[in-house]
Amino acid sequence: MANVTIRKLNKIYDGRFHAVKDVDLEIHDKEFMVLVGPSGCGKTTTLRMVAGLEEITSGEIRIGERIINDLPPMDRDIAMVFQNYALYPHKSVYQNMAFGLQMRKYAKDDIDKRVREAADILGIESLLDRKPRQLSGGQRQRVAVGRAIVRHPQVFLFDEPLSNLDAMLRVQMRVELKRLHERLETTAIYVTHDQVEAMTLGDRVVVMKDGLVQQIGEPLELYGNPANRFVAGFIGSPAMNFAAVKISETGGALWADAEDLHLKVAPQLVDRMRAYIGKAATLGMRPEAMQPATGADPADCCFETVADVVEPLGNEILINFRAGGAAMVSRVDPAMRVKAHDKLRFALDPARMHFFDEASGAAI
Amino acid sequence: MVIERKWKKWLYFYIPMAIFIVFTLFPFYWMAVTALRPDEELYRTWRQANATPFWTLKPTLEHFKNLLETTAFPHWLWNTMLIAIVSTVISLICGMFAGYALARLKFRGSEFLGTAIFITYLVPQTLLFIPLADIIRDMHLGNTPWALMLTYPTFLIPFCTWLLMGYFKTIPKELEECARIDGATRFGAMVRIIFPVAIPGILSAGIFAFTLSWNEFIYALIFMSSAEMKTVPVGVVSELIRGDIFFWGQLMAGALLGSIPVAIAYSFFVEYYVTGLTGSVKG
Repeated sequence: MANVTIRKLNKIYDGRFHAVKDVDLEIHDKEFMVLVGPSGCGKTTTLRMVAGLEEITSGEIRIGERIINDLPPMDRDIAMVFQNYALYPHKSVYQNMAFGLQMRKYAKDDIDKRVREAADILGIESLLDRKPRQLSGGQRQRVAVGRAIVRHPQVFLFDEPLSNLDAMLRVQMRVELKRLHERLETTAIYVTHDQVEAMTLGDRVVVMKDGLVQQIGEPLELYGNPANRFVAGFIGSPAMNFAAVKISETGGALWADAEDLHLKVAPQLVDRMRAYIGKAATLGMRPEAMQPATGADPADCCFETVADVVEPLGNEILINFRAGGAAMVSRVDPAMRVKAHDKLRFALDPARMHFFDEASGAAI
Repeated sequence: MVIERKWKKWLYFYIPMAIFIVFTLFPFYWMAVTALRPDEELYRTWRQANATPFWTLKPTLEHFKNLLETTAFPHWLWNTMLIAIVSTVISLICGMFAGYALARLKFRGSEFLGTAIFITYLVPQTLLFIPLADIIRDMHLGNTPWALMLTYPTFLIPFCTWLLMGYFKTIPKELEECARIDGATRFGAMVRIIFPVAIPGILSAGIFAFTLSWNEFIYALIFMSSAEMKTVPVGVVSELIRGDIFFWGQLMAGALLGSIPVAIAYSFFVEYYVTGLTGSVKG
């Protein structure tokens, strides 16, 4: 069993900069956990504390039942893939992969078997005699992963491993990493700033900001039920649209009002929104939750606007427009014929209406 | 497409280059010609008929023969070589560890220590030899190779430390973090990963240190008194200039032979030494 348990983890640099604040995480055995957030959010620091490369200011990290706080990196039974790959430039691919095993005094035959097995999995058998500088970015990436898997560690740590690759290769390696994880069934912690990577790779995703965990959940849960405005805006591309609205009560129903919006609060939210009557709140709408009105939609969730910029992407069309005093984007079916400056009428799916507290940003 | 004009390339590149090469190499040429010139050509006036100041028509190895047979030159060469190698090795070893520590370990006062080491390098040798002479005398090391092997590192170690510190800083620290996760201790990661990767830097520090101690003059002049203990730079100057008589042929033969090992060391490692000064590691 290699579950990783992080309790009240803190990191304070030089007694001043509080990089990681009271992080609690429970990573299950064989789980692929992704830490995602903007740069400086503490995700890499957290990972480096698990790796033993960074001192822990306070808190506790366990792998299985062992507390590893004070163990040196070599004794934690982990393997890490770095953003710049960190291949040893003076060693061949084979030696790079064998180094960890040699340090642990494995028998020569055993090392050879494991290196060749890993090379086979990653399709780099033909590169074993080369030096890292003779490899392309994608190949280096594979060697770095290979070096991690030869040791069969309890936990894999990935620190933005794909961010140095070009876009095409990144998509391809993403799929390969996912496949590899399914094959190896090893617990993995993966740090990235790319929310698409986080959503595609993670069994569960931790969203962090300013050293604090914002939300932990499965990818679709984060997308469907963001815990706060930050998560709502961070996960999803294009991002969720936000409008500052005022909540009022008329004729027994609650309404969200902004300059050119007058939308009925969806029934499932009414109870919770009652506390906000007469107050301000933030309305959140996913791009695909706003669709051109068909006429069959109830009038109280529709609004009118003018298309500003239209981005026909082929599989979808993104329509930029202004509503509720904010720039918004809607994702519509590519069959729709729309040009800039067209008058449009959108209907919001009431089931996909989100409200956030103005001050705290927490979901209501 | 840009059309390169030939005369421009000549004007801005080849001609200045040729002037520069002639300017820098002429002293060496002069040294070689003088060493090979027979005495009767050396000690006649330039105004004499048939004088050929820039070349000789009767080259001779007589000066080399005299130098090797009548002076202690072979001893000087051996002393210089031994002292340069030992002090370079000592300085490199100290410099590698100190440079690594200053580049990588965060400890109290590490920055101060780095600056302090640099400042010691700035203290002129012409001042430092006075206290050092005192120490050498107290330790009874005068007129032994150890006097120089131990005093040269006083300026070589700061030099190596600074050069290597700069080089170590260019090596991504992930390399050694990765090695530590792979199962190496900090020391192991340094020895197995960082040092091999830093070979260009270490070699260039070594070449510089070797050259500096090979050419060193003041300490060698002061700490070595007997003729056969001298190093080449001191020996050539003190034994081949007697009063106001300059044995030009032998002087130049000695200088020529003395500069050969350094030239070999440079040409041998020139590639390493260029990357050592300019460059870092590509992963």
